[in-house]
Amino acid sequence: MPKAARLALALGIFVVAVALAVIGAMAYLRSNPPNVDYAAGHQSGQPVHLTIQTVGQIGFGAHPSWVSYLALAPDGRWVHSTLWQLPAHTLVDVTVYEYDTGGPLRNQVFGSVSGVIGDDYVLNGKPVRLLDSNSGNGVAHTFSVPALGINVPLWGVPSSAKNICAHAPCSFSSVHNVITFSFRTPGPGQYHWQCLIPCGAGFLDGNGGPMQSIGYMGGFLKVVDA
Amino acid sequence: MTSEETADRIERRREGLSHWKWLTGVWLILTAIIEPVIYFLIWPHLPPGNMTSSARGAQFDMMVLTMIAAPVMVAVLAYFAYALIVFRHPKGRPLVDGPPLRGNLRVQTAWITITSAIVMGAFVFGTYELIVPAGAGGAEGPSPIWTPASHTELPVQVIGQQWIWTYRYPTFGGFETTQLMLPNNTEIAFHVTSLDVIHSFWAYQLGVKADANPGVDDVAFTQTNQLGRITVRCSELCGIWHGAMYGYGEVVSPSAFETWAKAMERRLAPATRLLPPFAWTYTPSANGAGGGYYPQTDPYYDKTLYDQGRSGPEGNLPALRVEKSQRVG
Ligand SMILES: [Cu+2]
Ligand SMILES: [Cu+2]
Repeated sequence: MPKAARLALALGIFVVAVALAVIGAMAYLRSNPPNVDYAAGHQSGQPVHLTIQTVGQIGFGAHPSWVSYLALAPDGRWVHSTLWQLPAHTLVDVTVYEYDTGGPLRNQVFGSVSGVIGDDYVLNGKPVRLLDSNSGNGVAHTFSVPALGINVPLWGVPSSAKNICAHAPCSFSSVHNVITFSFRTPGPGQYHWQCLIPCGAGFLDGNGGPMQSIGYMGGFLKVVDA
Repeated sequence: MTSEETADRIERRREGLSHWKWLTGVWLILTAIIEPVIYFLIWPHLPPGNMTSSARGAQFDMMVLTMIAAPVMVAVLAYFAYALIVFRHPKGRPLVDGPPLRGNLRVQTAWITITSAIVMGAFVFGTYELIVPAGAGGAEGPSPIWTPASHTELPVQVIGQQWIWTYRYPTFGGFETTQLMLPNNTEIAFHVTSLDVIHSFWAYQLGVKADANPGVDDVAFTQTNQLGRITVRCSELCGIWHGAMYGYGEVVSPSAFETWAKAMERRLAPATRLLPPFAWTYTPSANGAGGGYYPQTDPYYDKTLYDQGRSGPEGNLPALRVEKSQRVG
């Protein structure tokens, strides 16, 4: 084989190897957290049921002590992910099982419910528009989608309770609150959502750790054409 | 020096002079074309537009600096093109070394004088413009030196927090909202602060940019003079959702603003009562943020949810009916 051909072959192999390594690394990085797909097989005109839970500590994985969200996948499994794929222009009925203790908000403005259909949400059967986090159990987390104007504060459970969930997914035998609300998805796009409570205990301003990690206290609503 | 050498020098000098004349001519013509183009055609489209006094000021500064820079750039490009065309080595002629370069006091003096004048001029102009016109939309810290003459500004507090902007209107009962609304033809005093790390309030179309530091009231002035939409971005890397920390606002007519603000004041009154009293800065930890147990009565207490599961570690009395699809674990 002539020298030039050998060189070209070596270069070609090198380029392919680098490309494979990059694709492999990207695929690995993108594989977790997984996408929870509520859009596949969705019948247009029908609402999507999004059931999620918030837990005081996830209890497994790389950061067992971190607070987290989990989502109930359409196949009935609780999935540790904050990437939720939803059909566009569709009513989403959300049920949140909130298992974490709360406290006063850093910014009380996020005790107000906004961006949901009807301006109220339902907390343990009672309609709520505004939570006073300085009294009672306080607020544990919020479900907030700034681009859609959605802010839903999640009332905390009493920290004196003896049955606080310590390992996700939490079951109904642990103390919890039930929050329901609805919103309508906009057109296709990726809409960032996050918790607006600095709940990353032990991190600077409470905003590190789970607050800065997709899969825990923030993620994306991946709105797609159904 | 032989007479032959002298004749050669004179010849080269004459040639050099004609190069100068050509280059100067080309440069003058191009400059005469490009300067009016910048002034009349490009100026109105320069960022950040002219929605406010400070945006208009920034636009004017961009125009002046562009007009100063354009002739320099034209000179460089014209010389580059001229050298490529005229000083090309003719094909077939033997390659000979060019004449040796010697110092030329006149050229050197002119070079240093002109470039220094341009740079110093831009420096003096830029510094003046940055400070004198009421802070030029930049932040001036808690006690601004340059303030607008009117002293009838509308104060708007801008609160940065990871990762969303909120706004408080102290002259309307101190309500807080995620919407930025401003009245037209009004002097605005932005008071920018943060509840956690350093953010930066960048209202692009307003020509306003101010750091949001926790515990600091950073003041920036501007006067609105055009209706329209505003884009607000955080321009200080502040964590994972820094890129998502943007929002939109609007400059509306003074009467529309008044109506909006009064309606918000009324509608948000219950929420405003829960906010800390209006202050120029806040100490987030002072309100106990980060959690705590409050043993008062819980208005959302629900016996079935809270207590039934206490009967065992795994809870043999599930508080809610667990449907098959929702069974946990
Ligand atoms: Cu949280
Ligand atoms: Cu920021």
